[in-house]
Amino acid sequence: MDTVEKIVEDFASDIAMSPFSSGTRLRDMIRAIRACKTAAEERAVVRRECAAIRTAISENEPELRHRNMAKLMFIHMLGYPTHFAQMECLKLIAAAGYPEKRVGYLGLMLLLDERQEVLMLVTNSLKQDLNHPNQFIVGLALCALGNICSAEMARDLSPEVERLMRSREVNTKKKAALCSIRIVRKVPDLAENFMALAASLLKEKHHGVLISAIQLCTELCNASKDALEYLRKNCIEGVVRILRDVSNSSYAPEYDVSGIADPFLQIRVLKLMRILGQGDADCSEYMNDILAQVSTKTESNKNAGNAILYVALNMLMRAITVDALAVQRHRATILECVKDADASIRKRALELVFLLVNDTNAKPLTKELIDYINIADPDFKGDLTAKICAIVEKFSQEKLWYLDQMFKVLSLAGHHVKDDVCHALIVVLSNASELQGYSVRSLYKALQAYGKQGSLVRVAVWCIGEYGEMLVNNVGMLDGEEPITVTESDAVDAVEVALNCHSADVTTGAMCLVALLKLSSRFPSTSERVKQIVAQNKENVVLELQQRSIEFSSIIQRHQSIRPSLLERMPVLDEASYLLKRATATQATISADKLAPAITPGGLKLPNGVAKPTSAPLADLLDLSSDGALASTTASTTTPNDFLQDLLGIGGVSSSTAGVPSTASTDILMDLLSIGSSPSQNGAPVTDFHHSGQESKPVPAVPEAIDLLAETKATPVVPQAMDLLDGLSSSTSVSGLEKTAHPSITAFQSATLKITFDFKRQPGNPRETTIHATFTNLTSSTFTEFIFQAAVPKFIQLRLDPASGNTVPANGNGSVTQGLNITNNQQGQ
Amino acid sequence: INFVLLISRQGKVRLTKWYSPYTQKERTKVIRELSGLILARGPKLCNFVEWRGYKVVYRRYASLYFCMCIDADDNELEVLEIIHHFVEILDRYFGSVCELDLIFNFHKAYYILDEILIAGELQESSKKNVARLIAAQVGILTFVELILENPLFFMINL
Repeated sequence: MDTVEKIVEDFASDIAMSPFSSGTRLRDMIRAIRACKTAAEERAVVRRECAAIRTAISENEPELRHRNMAKLMFIHMLGYPTHFAQMECLKLIAAAGYPEKRVGYLGLMLLLDERQEVLMLVTNSLKQDLNHPNQFIVGLALCALGNICSAEMARDLSPEVERLMRSREVNTKKKAALCSIRIVRKVPDLAENFMALAASLLKEKHHGVLISAIQLCTELCNASKDALEYLRKNCIEGVVRILRDVSNSSYAPEYDVSGIADPFLQIRVLKLMRILGQGDADCSEYMNDILAQVSTKTESNKNAGNAILYVALNMLMRAITVDALAVQRHRATILECVKDADASIRKRALELVFLLVNDTNAKPLTKELIDYINIADPDFKGDLTAKICAIVEKFSQEKLWYLDQMFKVLSLAGHHVKDDVCHALIVVLSNASELQGYSVRSLYKALQAYGKQGSLVRVAVWCIGEYGEMLVNNVGMLDGEEPITVTESDAVDAVEVALNCHSADVTTGAMCLVALLKLSSRFPSTSERVKQIVAQNKENVVLELQQRSIEFSSIIQRHQSIRPSLLERMPVLDEASYLLKRATATQATISADKLAPAITPGGLKLPNGVAKPTSAPLADLLDLSSDGALASTTASTTTPNDFLQDLLGIGGVSSSTAGVPSTASTDILMDLLSIGSSPSQNGAPVTDFHHSGQESKPVPAVPEAIDLLAETKATPVVPQAMDLLDGLSSSTSVSGLEKTAHPSITAFQSATLKITFDFKRQPGNPRETTIHATFTNLTSSTFTEFIFQAAVPKFIQLRLDPASGNTVPANGNGSVTQGLNITNNQQGQ
Repeated sequence: INFVLLISRQGKVRLTKWYSPYTQKERTKVIRELSGLILARGPKLCNFVEWRGYKVVYRRYASLYFCMCIDADDNELEVLEIIHHFVEILDRYFGSVCELDLIFNFHKAYYILDEILIAGELQESSKKNVARLIAAQVGILTFVELILENPLFFMINL
């Protein structure tokens, strides 16, 4: 079969090329380089070639330029420096012939990037080429422009590109559209020019043009809000029609990818629809049906189909926020997707399901998901279990059902269940006294059956330890339960087995030891045996276990009297505050992730974090006993900025300001906080209890419930002086819900200067705060030419009134005052 | 798409195309890192790698690895399709393409890539169209070369 390449080659060789004097052909050079055995040889060859090329350049021979250029590019790909060739590129581009231009542009794209100044010189040639009659040359220019243009070039050449988008050549239109994408990315202001053009392009038939047009629209929507509005109004039907046509079209070999018609186009359209549909209910309605169609039609066993499904599912997720009902309709389809073979699809479908779950369908959905755990593969299991636990927690109306589900999950996928889920379970158990007997028995049975699952073992062992006598005496039976006979030694057996087979896992081992101890006190007859088991661990390699076993054996032996009181039933863990902690913990961990990338080393972004609700700053944990201390309620960040530590030391500032990170997250937490006990501090608007997001590995040992709470002291982070100002004002704006005034603070105090801020706010205008700043000079010499400047983060506007004077008298004999007006654009967010 | 990279089994770079600004030094660094990362992956592992916050989609064809780097929120499966699209067109053009073809005709590979992707976005989803365009361009080339080398021939016939 004759390919294009072969035909050309034959033709060329027929025309007997005469050997050119100044250099080898490209092919020969490549062959020579490849034939080199060592790196040194290769370097020699390359050097020789470069020298030849350099001479050719300096002699300014026009004929061989493009060949030399090609050689140079190859050399560049090998990694050698080729800077001397840049001007050559330009000359080539400026040449009149197509082949030269082609190579020139290629060299341009390869050797130069947009930051080099040489690029400016090209602008003129590009402009001429854009106006060339030959469409291929135009195409070349557009391509080059699209790949490497800089902002100035974009501005200069955008009118040309706009014109070209209207040309009749399909090829040109395509390229022009993509080029404008790049322009819009570089210079978002130009987006308006392209809006109408983009809309008209959508009416084309040619798929290539359509793809580019849709990409352009997507980019426009990202770039500017007006564009989004415009497109939303005008293009929705067009876009939906395109999608319908494509998915319904009959077999077209041109665009076919393994049986699915032009998946690329479909994917793009779906993405665009997603963007357009966000936040707008009508659009979503419109799109819902077509989406369902797409999801059912695309077969999942082909890669292309998967890609479409993937994007469709994504879309549905976004659509859910707008219209949950419609998506319920497609629940069945989505459940199918959960069982799909492809991992990414499964993940998306799972998230979708998660969003879909509400009170009514929680039970059946959970049941299906649990069934599915059995057949899921390991990495997926982790996700799955986490989701199931979350669902179960949120929607469990009765404790019994909740416990049942949790036990099932634990039995099936114990490894993957996270620690905090276990702890939540334990908390619930300790609160649900009527169900304790039942749960102990179920756990015991489960332990016999699935002894290998880590978390299951832990929970079971804990329960057995706590409620051992319930187990043995069949206390608190529920209707319909069969009595099981468990003797005391059986219970001890179970724990011993657990201890021995999980001796590698420290936490479990520790828990087992504790449980054994508890059992020994509850069942005095077994204490001898327990003592032996515990003694076996005295020489355990792990320090923790060793320590415990020694302590416990000494308790058993010598402190018989106090043993019962030591090992009493654990106090009922306060469920409400635990839930609170988990809520903030999850929120804070989410925010920690979000905060982390946002933090710059300067720590200046902190005020941004302060104002946004999603980043609940991680303040120190003040637990159930109210410390009340100004135990530096601070925000922790990934790059703590101890910059102006002294500032914090200044009186009065610390508790109110540092505690300031009462972001709007407190609004969210408001209700939760009112359940838990939260004494306020100094009556400051600062709401108090924020919990750090890090839960250190809670060691579930004998000690109190407080164990479950993590205590981490976060390093104090203090924004710089001016940010302090902003931090304050945003705090005032946020907490302005309750108060309209804020006590005045000393913003800055050093040996030489003291600045005080007084705050005032109009009751009807929570976004604006007026600050009255007073500067006092503490040295014995007068300050002249005193100027105060302030900087604010982007979401705050600042207006400085003129100061009362430029001279601050010495020794605090007088002061200079200045007014500042702050407007918080993100009030309450 | 931020960049396209073709590396051989031995780690030699066969083709690079950058759609985002990277300096020379950064480029070499990126190439080195990615080569190490991708060449070390076994055959059964997934085609998507997380790297520096971006996703890298790669596929191995005979002795060549085709890699494309995308942002975290792009569709990986689609990019996999784009890679395959590219390879199929190369195949059609060179006729059963092999690595040697790409080495000796790298500039042609670049031209083809330019017909498929601009600014990191897909340009043309139909293989036939791309082939047609490339053929037309080659046609012009041959024509021009012909004239250059045989001025007499053409002048006589004109």
